[in-house]
Amino acid sequence: MSSPQTAVPPLVLVTGPEGLLAERAVAATLRELRELTPDVEVIRLTADGYEPGAVGMHAAPSLFGGDKAIVVQGLEEAGDELQADLLAYVAAPEPSVTLLVTHASGNRGKRVLDAMRKAKARVLDAPAVKTDRDKSDFATNEFRVARRKATPDAVRALVEAVGQDLRELASACQQLIADTEGVIDETVVLKYHGGKVEATGFRVADAAVAGNAGESLRLLRHAIAVGVDPVPIVAVLASQLRQLVRVGAAGRGRSADLARDLGMAPWQVDKARRSLGGWDGEALARSIQAVAAADQEVKGGGRDPVFAVERAILTICRERSGGGRG
Amino acid sequence: MTVWRDVVGQSQTVATLQRAVSDPDSMTHAWLFTGPPGSGRSVAARAFAGALQCPQGGCGDCRECRTAMDGTHADVDVIATEGLSISVRQARDLVALAQLRPSVGRWRVIIIEDADRLTEHAANALLKVLEEPVPRTVWMLCAPSLQDVLITIRSRSRHLQLRTPPVKKVAELLVERDGVDPGMAMYAARASQSHVGLARRLARDEGARIRRRDVIAMASRITSVGTAVGAAADLVKIAEEESTAASTERDAREIAQLKEVLGVDPSARTQPPHVRSQIAALEKEQKTRAKRFVRDMIDRSLMDLLSIYRDALMLHTAAPVELINADGRAEVDRLARTMGPDDLLRAMDAIGLARERIEANVPPLLALEAMAIELRPPVRH
Repeated sequence: MSSPQTAVPPLVLVTGPEGLLAERAVAATLRELRELTPDVEVIRLTADGYEPGAVGMHAAPSLFGGDKAIVVQGLEEAGDELQADLLAYVAAPEPSVTLLVTHASGNRGKRVLDAMRKAKARVLDAPAVKTDRDKSDFATNEFRVARRKATPDAVRALVEAVGQDLRELASACQQLIADTEGVIDETVVLKYHGGKVEATGFRVADAAVAGNAGESLRLLRHAIAVGVDPVPIVAVLASQLRQLVRVGAAGRGRSADLARDLGMAPWQVDKARRSLGGWDGEALARSIQAVAAADQEVKGGGRDPVFAVERAILTICRERSGGGRG
Repeated sequence: MTVWRDVVGQSQTVATLQRAVSDPDSMTHAWLFTGPPGSGRSVAARAFAGALQCPQGGCGDCRECRTAMDGTHADVDVIATEGLSISVRQARDLVALAQLRPSVGRWRVIIIEDADRLTEHAANALLKVLEEPVPRTVWMLCAPSLQDVLITIRSRSRHLQLRTPPVKKVAELLVERDGVDPGMAMYAARASQSHVGLARRLARDEGARIRRRDVIAMASRITSVGTAVGAAADLVKIAEEESTAASTERDAREIAQLKEVLGVDPSARTQPPHVRSQIAALEKEQKTRAKRFVRDMIDRSLMDLLSIYRDALMLHTAAPVELINADGRAEVDRLARTMGPDDLLRAMDAIGLARERIEANVPPLLALEAMAIELRPPVRH
């Protein structure tokens, strides 16, 4: 096993929720197959619209011989027929066929997964890429594979602009690699993706709590424009202010202890402590009042939900700067 | 004994209803009972239903009377929802039901206990049958106030306004009916502000009394923004714990019953799809029920909280009315000392606003935080 595998095993299983990585794993496996047998026939089957018996039909040896690769996508949505066919095939595989199965997540298709693992299938992972750091690592890796250098600032700006979807991030990386030369820095990224910001309620709230009215309103407009509902934005504003009050009232102490007592994550405590600088109790009190009023307006009590959120944000920012000076 | 025993302090309404039972000319096909919570709207409606079915016009002892009042009479249907609203689907079922002749009794009676929870569609679905009644069908709708029902329903039914029963009458009922000790009955009637059901609960459940005391004590606990936010979190937590305690056992029992009805193996780890979908539907219903329960609990706590500020205000104005929290006199005095009349009024407004906001779907925690912040005593300069 320590030597690089010379041939692809007859069973390959790709598990994990990240579609892009799963696709790449399938493509890499097929490439590997073609190195040995260039004329391998690839048959793609999907879970929805599967016709019973198709796996067995395609796997049956053809009159003209030749190797085949059957790719079954979306085992997590497989119906009973597909599962039964796969199980039957795994129990009696054909020598000239390679079977690739992708499974995103969930319990469905578990029996097929177990059977394939037991039959010593090659298992490839396609883990979810969620945090900003993972996304940065992903982008950095994309550039490295293409033998290009990108500055950390450039990667950060790129993730900020198109980080919502990994597929989008990957194609943005490819575009930069193909269209530019030399070191990829922040100016290059801004030239291609400037002005586009993937705004979420959290970023809006962070800017508001930091007293940055302009930034917060800008992000709010971005968020609304890309379809974020005002309701969760207000909810995030409320929870941020709540955390400030609770951490502020808890006083000194190790943040880990505080986090346990308050039921928050340690990084949330640290963040709240940093933000507390410009705040006092009265300012927080008035801000919470404003957010509560906005919540009611957003839920049908007012005429314009976005205006209600904007007003709450402006109140928060004003209170923050007022409290800071006083 | 008569069916009217439990209808406390509503002599005028009872007289009207009795006349309707004895005199066919005074009878009509749709009645709308309104009155503050706990004034006995549904009790009055059930008593009326009993009197209509009873051969002697409401003796309170015969089978007709008893079954009508506990809601098991074949021709008396009581509709109450534990969810957040009564859907148009339920309303259409009622329309069909209303067309049937009574099977054993003299009338077919349909009581809707929370007509205020009818959705607009559901209320509209009822308009036709309310307007052109089937001869022997009687509708009885109950709602807190006239504004809570659609104007078109209002105009199609005869309105009866119930008043808040006097504290003494409520206490008497508790002593007579439930055998509560007179002192406790007085306390419960006063603390519940004449809400009959609540008074009974307070008188019989030690936990309810402790909870009420905790809520009242909150008034003095709130001193800063930090304690205010903490108090709001506590209020929500108390309500949620109460809800879990009340529902866990019942929810599990309902699921087990459903599985039994469907004839599936209750111990199986995964159920077949059609069973799963039914279980999921039931779980969803249970979730709305729990949500409503939490909201009702919080609303009740807010009423308790409101009462102590009201008492403090009464001390300021020296009005000759009885205190609701006569047992917590020290607390009331303290509050009256630290807060002036305008502060107290502001606090009461804040509590009212919080109730309104929770009604409008603002998360209870946020609404209560905003309220608790307003309840802080003023800073003396």
